[in-house]
Amino acid sequence: MRLLTHNLLSSHVRGVGPRGFPLRLQATEVRINPVEFNPDFIVRMIPKVEWAALLEAADHLHLIQVPKEPIQGYEHNEEFLRKMHHVLLEVEVLEGTLQCPESGRVFPISRGIPNMLLSDEETET
Amino acid sequence: APPGILNRYLLLMAQEHLEFRLPEIKSLLSLFGGQFISSQETYGKSPFWILSIPSEDIARNLMKRTVCAKSIFELWGHGKCPEELYSSLKNYPVEKMVPFLHSDSTYKIKIHTFNKTLTQEEKVKRIDALEFLPFEGKVNLKKPQHVFSILEDYGLDPNHIPENPHNIYFGRWIADGQRELIESYSVKKRHFIGNTSMDAGLSFIMANHGKVKKNDIVFDPFVGTGGLLIASAHFGAYVYGTDIDYNTVHGLGKASRKNQKWRGPDENIRANLRQYGLEKYYLDVLVSDASKPSWRKGTYFDAIITDPPYGIRESTRRTGSQKEIPKGIEKCPESHVPVSLSYHLSDMFFDLLNFSAETLVLGGRLVYWLPVYTPEYTEEMVPWHPCLKLISNCEQKLSSHTSRRLITMEKVKEFENRDQYSHLLSDHFLLYQGHNSFREKYFSGVTKRIAKEEKSSQE
Repeated sequence: MRLLTHNLLSSHVRGVGPRGFPLRLQATEVRINPVEFNPDFIVRMIPKVEWAALLEAADHLHLIQVPKEPIQGYEHNEEFLRKMHHVLLEVEVLEGTLQCPESGRVFPISRGIPNMLLSDEETET
Repeated sequence: APPGILNRYLLLMAQEHLEFRLPEIKSLLSLFGGQFISSQETYGKSPFWILSIPSEDIARNLMKRTVCAKSIFELWGHGKCPEELYSSLKNYPVEKMVPFLHSDSTYKIKIHTFNKTLTQEEKVKRIDALEFLPFEGKVNLKKPQHVFSILEDYGLDPNHIPENPHNIYFGRWIADGQRELIESYSVKKRHFIGNTSMDAGLSFIMANHGKVKKNDIVFDPFVGTGGLLIASAHFGAYVYGTDIDYNTVHGLGKASRKNQKWRGPDENIRANLRQYGLEKYYLDVLVSDASKPSWRKGTYFDAIITDPPYGIRESTRRTGSQKEIPKGIEKCPESHVPVSLSYHLSDMFFDLLNFSAETLVLGGRLVYWLPVYTPEYTEEMVPWHPCLKLISNCEQKLSSHTSRRLITMEKVKEFENRDQYSHLLSDHFLLYQGHNSFREKYFSGVTKRIAKEEKSSQE
């Protein structure tokens, strides 16, 4: 699971609503997987990123060099875009958990794939 | 562009998936800034379509995407008989011809007939008759700079082939479409497939109906083995998928291929994309129930393209309760959440439309298959949402009584509040609910046999 994905996921446990975001990320195995740099795609993603959630996740993974916020004119700042490319797409959590910040429900990540299934009792109907 | 400066082009269409062709061409033209303008009234069955578009660039872009069209030509002349064609060619502005006919160029003339075969002698006669055109270049059959075509249309009825063609066209060949993708992406050659993997041609048609473009994010909430993601990634979109089936998402368990019992280590969605050199477009896949999406609020999908399960070869499922149904549940390793078999089709489409209305960007498209029982089908049954506009609805027949319809919708209005829509929609969805018995109806017919076969092969 990449950090871009983490940034788009939210807990859907019954009753937590918007307080289910962001999921608390814990990793026991992380892989840095090089991905071809595509500045146009990263530029499109910047406005969609929830920055505080990204910083929190990056912090949990002890990542350094994560831009603190989108900088002015980022569209043409390759250094900034490369850093964002790395954080959003190249860092992959292989084993770990996502935890609902409100209910404490834990979603396992195994072989890089989060399991978001809940039983009926746990979800809103 | 004002109609005055539109050029006329001839599209040669493939005679397959007829209903899907017009929405594909329209979607692609709107993607590339062209508008669909045509003097022809029907596009039903003929392989010859005349298009008016503002530039050759748009025509070329169209051909880099279409799997429904074989070739496009700049149309220089058209007539119902040779004389009409020749006089139409004489009216075509010489200054538009000259750049392709001058003395240091090379060319060849090809003949394409539909529903008739011509002898070599007849072909030569037709080419010779064009000598009034100011061809000054040299003929080069192997590597010509310019290719011209005479296209003759002998109608659609193979039992009544007319002596003379109904229509004759002459044009300069510009580009071919992407028909070869159907072969190169064939499911037969793919590592990881499921019981319901989508035919490659239809996958590309779906991506085209969805107006998928470079750097988009495309999502398939019923991803299965990821066949639809491959088509979108081929067109340069980044892809997400979810599926309720833990084993499928992880590429574990029994194989869908004959003569193979278990899935190998390289049979998963990511490896499938890798097989085609598209791994860089893989974002993630999740184990998740489409009826209980775990995506945060916001609009980040450019297209949602999916083939929801309707319980024929893959069952329609949602997660159940710990208390419910101890029987017939599938064990879901590691998570221990029971997967029940009770997701009603109308609920599934209701959820899908609502989710799409909420998460698609404005102008983004939802493309999905809707199964119908043909004797009872009416257009009013097609699920509807106040934020989504119906773009196209194309039928593919499955049997004498059943078909599936490829529905394409575009988000035209911001999604405001989930509750606001639920009551608005419920009445409408009741109509389709009658179709909920689709599975029973379907199973009562032809597919009883399939079900039986599958069962016996599992034993």
